[in-house]
Amino acid sequence: MKTISKLWLLIAILAVLTPLGIILPELFKAGGAWGEWSAEEMRGLVGYIPKGLERLSSLWNAPIPDYASNSKISYIVSAVLGVTLVAILLFLVGKFLGKKE
Amino acid sequence: MHIPDGYLSPQTGGFFYLIMMPLWIAASRVVKKTLKIRQVPYLAFSASFVFIIMMFNIPIPGGSTGHAVGGTLAAILLGPWAAMIAITVALVVQALLFGDGGITAIGANCFNMAFVLPFAGYYIYRLISMGSAKNSMRRAVASAIGAYLGINVAAFFTGFEFGIQPLLYHAADGKALYCPYGLNIAVPAMLGEHILLFGWIEAVVTFLVIRYLQKEDPNLIL
Repeated sequence: MKTISKLWLLIAILAVLTPLGIILPELFKAGGAWGEWSAEEMRGLVGYIPKGLERLSSLWNAPIPDYASNSKISYIVSAVLGVTLVAILLFLVGKFLGKKE
Repeated sequence: MHIPDGYLSPQTGGFFYLIMMPLWIAASRVVKKTLKIRQVPYLAFSASFVFIIMMFNIPIPGGSTGHAVGGTLAAILLGPWAAMIAITVALVVQALLFGDGGITAIGANCFNMAFVLPFAGYYIYRLISMGSAKNSMRRAVASAIGAYLGINVAAFFTGFEFGIQPLLYHAADGKALYCPYGLNIAVPAMLGEHILLFGWIEAVVTFLVIRYLQKEDPNLIL
């Protein structure tokens, strides 16, 4: 098996394991990332929602917010979707920028 | 480390877009000159790896979560400029499709994770591994140290960007307009959690993949 094929296999294995990224924080009772709270969570932290934050935080409605982490299966689907899109984009960039030897 | 919309003022967000613009142009020029067609699959792999490794949220028990980035690894495989392009694409997809990191903060997030991180990590790696054989243990350890320090430098900048907001922008009543935490909280929080935990995850992940590639095909690493 070629090295690059093994590396893609690694990505596939990681995709299946991504639910660990939901399970471990639950297990150890950890919250979200520092500085990535929602406007409502911010109110709980400092007692108010900063005006600019309130205005800008709803600027963009992502089609799959938070990688659909409400279920483990949909989280894996997000991983597969994201990797596929990122890989296709980089193959296109590489085709455009890379040179033949 | 993905700064969401609303935590930085539009001016700060715009400032980092402005800083990134010439860096993105330089990256595409360097990559156009140096990237060989046979490296393209590794470019795609690196970006995919960066994307997926960030989905593994690692908990600080009872505290916050964070993740590895894999940026130094990408730089060791492709050079820091190509790594910058790979990480940028991963960050843009994360922001637009999954709402991870704000769209007004794409410049800042790319500055931290696609520029500062791979460049710091890569040059520390080069310095420590100087003169060692491709398959030497010193080189693998150098990759781990570069990865650890690279993500911490990036975390420092992220904390700094958060922390200057209340200093620069506040309403008439003194309340913050954007990130309410100043430098005295944001920098220790961002840096501390990466020094304690997430930096080690980044180091171990990088070490393992580099060690594997050293056995598999040592010519793949720079």
